Amino acid sequence: MTTVSSAEHTRRDFLYIATGAVAAVGGAAVLVPLIAQMNPDASTIAAGAPIEVDLAPIAEGQIIKVFWRSKPIFISHRSKKEIDAAKNVQLSTLPDPEPDSARVKAGHEQWLVVIGICTHLGCIPLAKQGEYDGWFCPCHGSAYDTAGRIRKGPAPTNLLLPPYKFLSDTKVQIG
Amino acid sequence: MHGNSTYQPQSKIGQWFEKRLPIGGLIHSSFVAYPTPRNLNYWWTFGGILSFMLGVQIITGIVLAMHYTPHVDLAFKSVESIMRDVNYGWLLRYLHSNGASMFFIAVYIHIYRGMYYGSYKEPREVLWILGVIIYLLMMATGFLGYTLPWGQMSFWGATVITNFFSAIPGVGETVVTWLWGGYAVGNPTLNRFYSLHYLLPFVIAGVVVLHVWALHVSGQNNPAGIEPKSERDTVPFTPYATVKDSFMMVAFCILFAWFVFYMPNYLGHADNYIVANPAVTPAHIVPEWYYLPFYAILRAVPDKLLGVLAMFGSIAILAFLPWLDTSKVKSARYRPLYKQFFWLFFAVCIGLGWLGAKPAEGIYVVLSRILTIYYFAHFIVVLPLLGIFEKTKPLPNSISESVLGSKA
Repeated sequence: MTTVSSAEHTRRDFLYIATGAVAAVGGAAVLVPLIAQMNPDASTIAAGAPIEVDLAPIAEGQIIKVFWRSKPIFISHRSKKEIDAAKNVQLSTLPDPEPDSARVKAGHEQWLVVIGICTHLGCIPLAKQGEYDGWFCPCHGSAYDTAGRIRKGPAPTNLLLPPYKFLSDTKVQIG
Repeated sequence: MHGNSTYQPQSKIGQWFEKRLPIGGLIHSSFVAYPTPRNLNYWWTFGGILSFMLGVQIITGIVLAMHYTPHVDLAFKSVESIMRDVNYGWLLRYLHSNGASMFFIAVYIHIYRGMYYGSYKEPREVLWILGVIIYLLMMATGFLGYTLPWGQMSFWGATVITNFFSAIPGVGETVVTWLWGGYAVGNPTLNRFYSLHYLLPFVIAGVVVLHVWALHVSGQNNPAGIEPKSERDTVPFTPYATVKDSFMMVAFCILFAWFVFYMPNYLGHADNYIVANPAVTPAHIVPEWYYLPFYAILRAVPDKLLGVLAMFGSIAILAFLPWLDTSKVKSARYRPLYKQFFWLFFAVCIGLGWLGAKPAEGIYVVLSRILTIYYFAHFIVVLPLLGIFEKTKPLPNSISESVLGSKA
């Protein structure tokens, strides 16, 4: 078999380019379902609907753990001492400066609602432990204060706040 | 190093077949007539041991898969039923779990041997890089497999490792959700990890073929670090290397069997016999021993993104070793300074492994930082400078001279 090479454009060149272009687009299109199938499926997303939590049984000083979207949510009923400790901090000394007022809802300062996952590598911090009496992560030693703010250790940011709102003084909706 | 074989099958049917598919000739030239340097020592037997271990892991893995269920509610139970109910299930599982450790012991010896004798240098750069790729694939496979029993260490190990990717600026969270198939490590994660754990060993086998192919093109390095010049420098693979490899493989199997039969859980963690609990992180989580040095590097850096980058970088830097080491002399035997730095580096890696198992506090963090800095300095400061300043010893004229003396 011999191939004729020609400086001029031929119909074969056109076929090569057209076929190649269609194959490239087709190949890219095939990647979409192959990649998308790994994202959360419909049932996982449906199970991630908002939840309601009754706050009445939570005593002052108590922290409870509920699950929303497979993530532990800490709901802390803070004591006066804990609130004061969180407020009386020089913001410039914090690795991720946020005033206490940005961590809670106005009028509900006693309730701190945070996602209970260390922002370093995802372990669950232990409550009322560590140097700042907030949370301490046993995995790599991050310490959080009573507003869930990172104070020491490798975690880059404060504990994340889930989307939530107060339905009444004793009922909160998370999600 | 090909074309050494003049293989002619004895039988008529063999000749008939060879004419149509010359696989006999390929095997003969690769594993029988293949010339190996006559001075190879026992440190050169670990390539064969590694191939053997890959085979052990694939065979035991395939049969374990016949009894395992990749579901969060059933995985832990199915592993327990393998241990208690399945015929010889305990043996197969202990072979597989300890086999992973043996595989890593062998690969570390294999890598350090390559470093000591300069096996990564010209013309073996591609051979070395393929080895680094195999090592990376082994680490991925080991991690995925450790998740499958769905114990506490499985779950939290998977959580910590997948969270490495959350350090990527901007898209980190999206990537991690995609990896999990949910909002946390869960059933979709376990399912896909099982699928990939089954796939990767065959990918490793494929890269091993390339690794061996590259080896047979450039030929083996040897303790003298000089290339064979004449037939006097080599001996045929069979019987010399075959017997030596087999002997060491049997010796290695004794070590393997000692772990399997006498201390099958010594290298594991008791926490992994507690079923995964997404609400409680174990007080002290550590990875399997073979990841500990890298875990120490991760924890040594006080910044999340930089820590993850340092950890991956500590492995990736191995691929650049052929160009970071500027010395023309391969073997540490003729490099008096490099020999000392090699052992120092070895000690640093052992030290990092020890620190990786310690809690991340106090003096351990300080030591981790010092050793991490030295780890990288070895590659980007010590090795490039040694090539310039080191006064190497004179090399022998040939391999046979290095073995028999100049009279030969």
